[in-house]
Amino acid sequence: MFPIDTIRAQFPILSRPLPKGVRLAFLDTAASAQKPQCVIDKEREVYETCYANAYRGVYRFGAIVDEQMEATRSRIAQFIGADSSEEIIFTSGATMSLNLVAMTWARAFVNSGDEILLSEMEHHANLVPWQLVAKERGAVLKFIPLTADGQLDMAQLDGCLTSRCKLVAVTGMSNMLGTINPVAELAQRAHAVGAILVVDGAQSVPHLPVNVQAEGIDFLAFSGHKIYGPSGVGVLYGRRELLEAMPPFLGGGHMIDRVFKTHSTWSAPPAKFEAGTPAIAQVIALGAALEWIESVGLVAAHTYEQGLTQRAWDALMAIPGMVIHGPPPARRGGILSFTVKGAHPEDLAQLLDRKGVFVRHGHHCTMPLHDKLGLSATVRASFGVYSNDEDIHQLVEAIEFARGKLRLV
Amino acid sequence: MKHLTEMTLGQLYSEFDQMEDWEERCDFLIDLGFELPEMSSKDKIDANVVHGCQSHVWLVARVEPGPAGPVVRFEANSDALIVSGLIAVLWLMYNGKPAREILDLDPREVFKKLELDKHLSSSRRNGLGGMVQRIRQFAVESLATA
Repeated sequence: MFPIDTIRAQFPILSRPLPKGVRLAFLDTAASAQKPQCVIDKEREVYETCYANAYRGVYRFGAIVDEQMEATRSRIAQFIGADSSEEIIFTSGATMSLNLVAMTWARAFVNSGDEILLSEMEHHANLVPWQLVAKERGAVLKFIPLTADGQLDMAQLDGCLTSRCKLVAVTGMSNMLGTINPVAELAQRAHAVGAILVVDGAQSVPHLPVNVQAEGIDFLAFSGHKIYGPSGVGVLYGRRELLEAMPPFLGGGHMIDRVFKTHSTWSAPPAKFEAGTPAIAQVIALGAALEWIESVGLVAAHTYEQGLTQRAWDALMAIPGMVIHGPPPARRGGILSFTVKGAHPEDLAQLLDRKGVFVRHGHHCTMPLHDKLGLSATVRASFGVYSNDEDIHQLVEAIEFARGKLRLV
Repeated sequence: MKHLTEMTLGQLYSEFDQMEDWEERCDFLIDLGFELPEMSSKDKIDANVVHGCQSHVWLVARVEPGPAGPVVRFEANSDALIVSGLIAVLWLMYNGKPAREILDLDPREVFKKLELDKHLSSSRRNGLGGMVQRIRQFAVESLATA
C-alpha cells in the first residue's frame, strides 16, 4: 500500500483549509509542485545557520555551503545515472537549461542547412530556443508528427531524421498530453545518424526513473520546483565530452580560469557554465527534495500516480461532453488536459477554483500543439505524489457545479 | 434580477452592494453574460479581436445619432461567460453614451467600486483594460472627426 496519508501529512500547505473551510484539491503539480516540510526546513536552515556565498570563502560558512552544494550535485548525478557530478550544471530551471544548450552547443556545432528535429508536442521552452538558434545558424527545424491519440509517430521517424540532423530535442513527458515518449529508442535513432539527443525532462524527471547513460541521453534539462524542490533552481546534465567541447554561456565570476584585460580562459565544467552567484539555499534544499522523493521511491510513486490517473480518467469520462486529449492512461503520466463541450476552459478553471480545485487553463505553453488539435485552450489537471482519490472526487463534483453555473445541465 | 438592457451602472452598484461576497457577484456576472446581445457572426473576425484576452473577444463600435447628439454604441462578445459578464459591465459603463462622457468616466474607479480590481487575475485585468482602451480610443477618434 502506498502510504498516501503519511506523504500528504508532510506537505503543510495541503492541510490548510481555504476560506469557508473549503478543502484544497491542488491539481496543478505539472506547473509547480508543493514542497514537503523537510525542503522548506532545509532552505530556512541554510539562512539560519550557515548562509554565505558559494565557492568563494575559506571561512567556515563558505566551506559548509560549498560542501552542501556539492552534495546536491552528487545526489543529482546519482539520481539520473550520470557518470560524474561534473556533468551536472546548476541553472535557474529547465528553460534556462535548454537555452544553455541552444546558445552554446547548437550555436557552435549547428551549421547552415543542418537540421534540428523536435516533436509537435514540445513546450515553448523546448521550441523557441531552437527557433532562435536555427534562424541564427541557417538551420532547418523539423518535427516528428503525432499519432491521432497524441503519441510520437515513430513509424514516420525515418522520414524526418536524416543525416543532416545534428540535434534531436524531445520532451520526456508532454506537459499537455501527458504522453511518455520512448527516449531510449530516440537516442539510439539519433545517434545512428550522428545527432545528439536533448531531453526536456521537466515533467518526466519528477515522476519517472531516468538513467542518462543507459538511455543514451546527451543533455537532460529539468527544474527543481517540479520535483518538490524550491523554485529558482534547475539542472542541466551534459555528457562530459559535449560540455568540454562547447563554449561557455554567461560570462562572469566563477566560470573563468584566468582573466586578462582583453581575453579570458575558462574553468572546467561545470563551473564553466555557472557564472555568478547561484541559488545557494535553493540548490541545497533541492538536495533535500531528491533525498525525500528517493525515500518515497520514484518507482512506487510512479505506480501510484498511474493508478490515480486511470481512476481520474474513468471518473472524468463519465461527465457529459468530456473530452480528454492525448493517449490512454497507460501511455501517459499524471496529466489530464480536457475540454467540456459548451464550457470555456477559462470559465471552468475559475468556477473550479470556487470549489477549492486548482487547475491550469490555457495553452500550457504549447500553442503549436493546441493549433494542431484545433483547440484554443484546455483545462489541465495534473497529479503529484501527494494527490489522492479525494482530489479526483472533488474535481468531478466541481466540474458538475461548473456545468450547472454555465447552464449546461 | 433586472435585465441587462434595463439596467444602469448605478443599479449594478446597488446590486453588487447587496451581495455577500465575490462568489455571488461572480454568479451575477455570469448571469449578465448570458444577457449580452449576440453579435453577428460576420463581425466576429480577426480585425475585431481585442488582444490581451485569454479567451476570444470581439468588439465593434460605431457612432449613432442620439436624442442629445451623437452617442457611441458598441457590441462585444466573448466565448467565455465570465468575460461576457465583464463585457456587460463595460456595456453599462459606455454603451449609448456621448464620447465626451465616455472619456470623463474613470474606469479604474468603476472597477474599484465593483471590486474587480481585487478579484480578477492580472491576465483578466489586462484583457479588460484592452477592451476599455479600444472603446476610449474610438471615443477619441469620433470626437476628432466630429
